Amino acid sequence: MQKIVLNSLLLALAIYLIYWANRSLDNYTLSILNNIGIFAILALSYNLINGVAGQFSLEPNGFVAIGAYMGALFTIPTETKIDMFALVDPAPVVLQMHSGFLPAILIGGATAAIIAAMLSFPVFRVRGDYLAIVTLGFGFIIRIFAMNNPAYTNGAMGLNDIPGNADFIWIGLITIVTFIVMLNVITSRYGRAMKAVRDDEDAAIAMGVNTFAIKTTAFVTSAFFEGVGGALLASFLTTISPDQFTFLLTFQLLIIIVLGGLGSMSGALFATVLVMGGMEWLRFLDDDMNILGYHTGAHPGMRMVVFAILLVIMMLFARKGLFGDKEIGETVRKRFGKKRSLDQQRSGEAL
Amino acid sequence: MSNPILQIQDVTMRFGGVTAIDQLSLDVQKGEIYGLIGPNGAGKTTIFNNITGNYIPTEGKIIFDGEEITGTKPNKVVDFGIARTFQNIRLFKSMTVLENVLIGYHNRMHYSYLEAIFRLPRYWSYEKKIRAKAMELLEEFGIIDLADNEATALSYGNQRKVEIARAVATDPKLLLLDEPAAGMNPSETEDLSNIIHKIKKDFDLTILLIEHDMKFVNNMCDLVTVLDYGENIFVGKPADAIKDDKVITAYLGEFKHA
Repeated sequence: MQKIVLNSLLLALAIYLIYWANRSLDNYTLSILNNIGIFAILALSYNLINGVAGQFSLEPNGFVAIGAYMGALFTIPTETKIDMFALVDPAPVVLQMHSGFLPAILIGGATAAIIAAMLSFPVFRVRGDYLAIVTLGFGFIIRIFAMNNPAYTNGAMGLNDIPGNADFIWIGLITIVTFIVMLNVITSRYGRAMKAVRDDEDAAIAMGVNTFAIKTTAFVTSAFFEGVGGALLASFLTTISPDQFTFLLTFQLLIIIVLGGLGSMSGALFATVLVMGGMEWLRFLDDDMNILGYHTGAHPGMRMVVFAILLVIMMLFARKGLFGDKEIGETVRKRFGKKRSLDQQRSGEAL
Repeated sequence: MSNPILQIQDVTMRFGGVTAIDQLSLDVQKGEIYGLIGPNGAGKTTIFNNITGNYIPTEGKIIFDGEEITGTKPNKVVDFGIARTFQNIRLFKSMTVLENVLIGYHNRMHYSYLEAIFRLPRYWSYEKKIRAKAMELLEEFGIIDLADNEATALSYGNQRKVEIARAVATDPKLLLLDEPAAGMNPSETEDLSNIIHKIKKDFDLTILLIEHDMKFVNNMCDLVTVLDYGENIFVGKPADAIKDDKVITAYLGEFKHA
């Protein structure tokens, strides 16, 4: 009971903070927060398949692209589409797509989820390294599809003038929803089975767990929220092109979830703030610097070097990330809290 | 009088040119503790893998409780009521003892994915009920105090108990134990045999076990089958097995008189 009250208070506080931030912060800060929120959604969902279920897959850029394009095509007004498609005329179906903002986000997520469900049949025939290669291929296919089908995607020119509906209220609330859904999944029998598959797939099978179904569940859930995140990203940036959805996007998410600790949702959240905030803060590295009278000259991309080095250091010294595979609550309880009583556990009360 | 719960009929298992099991037949009666012994490489674990569906026998049939289960997928075999432990303990290493056991209950928590996401009443009622059940089970095994510990931080003997508890959690009729006493000291072994006898009675189990520790087998088993190179060379009481010439030859080689 105590826990429910505490959680509701935290939730109320978070929602209040989102409203406050949206009203009183300046645009620059808000855009950073928006970026963090979107990447948090992506990292949380990527963490489900990669961290919790332990299926080392490299496809999120594909699902984000699907969500972004679907979200954009459903929100751009028809006349704008006709003007925008310069290479070839838009396909009739593209012109018919139209909906409000929320349905567009959900359609983006649902499309990614459906494609994930179909993809799971070939993908989960392989384990380990092979899985990584197969999913990596999928990411490339989506990008190349977007490049070469201008009737649907406007090709390399991408889509512009996407209505910028995604303010911090949308993004913040959806981030919270994603976080709660992920926590609810991993503390249910499904989440436990995902962890079991990660720890020892054969033992999980011997316990009667249908591992294919469990992996697919994780994959589809993850794809859904990646699609949603993609749709939000499109609306936030108001312009998208295939080049935004390269493997680098996946790589960035991978850094985040490894830094936060594979399998830890709160870790993913913290790491997103750290990495995306750090990206912004380290912007000065890209510019010309004056170190003791010596001018370094501008090096765009210098920030990425820092993060690559960070990843190497993580792998060498802190392989389990910030939180390991535990949530922050558990870690705190273990260190400071009192143990749950045996009677509480006997009655199944200690959930 | 005969009421076999598990019948293995003329099972042959070949891996390429190697015949791991050759025309093996055996019946396990309901309520028995049946031992499967034999030298290394005799095909004991292969038989387990055939029963649990990890390998599909090249020839022959496996009948469980009147139904043929040959070639059933491993996760479906569990639904028939067959659970197993592994030769080298395979616990879920990131989970606590309780969570390990909860995986055993996976298929008996009947709430859907959406019910879990939205925390609907069925989620709470099943989680509560099954957690209480899991704690009862841990109490049965005498490891209730360890419920919140990381499973892999436990002593070897306790890890083995967790593994058996996890298997019992799937509500089996037949329990397959692959070398349960391996690597245990005498007092741990005795503790384990008491627990096996106890759970057999409390959960109405039939047990098929592989073991090398002959004292343990003698204490536990009603009947043993001795395998050598995939062939059945002896069936009978464990006490008679160690006197049998063929069995002695299988273990120690032929003794040539000068």
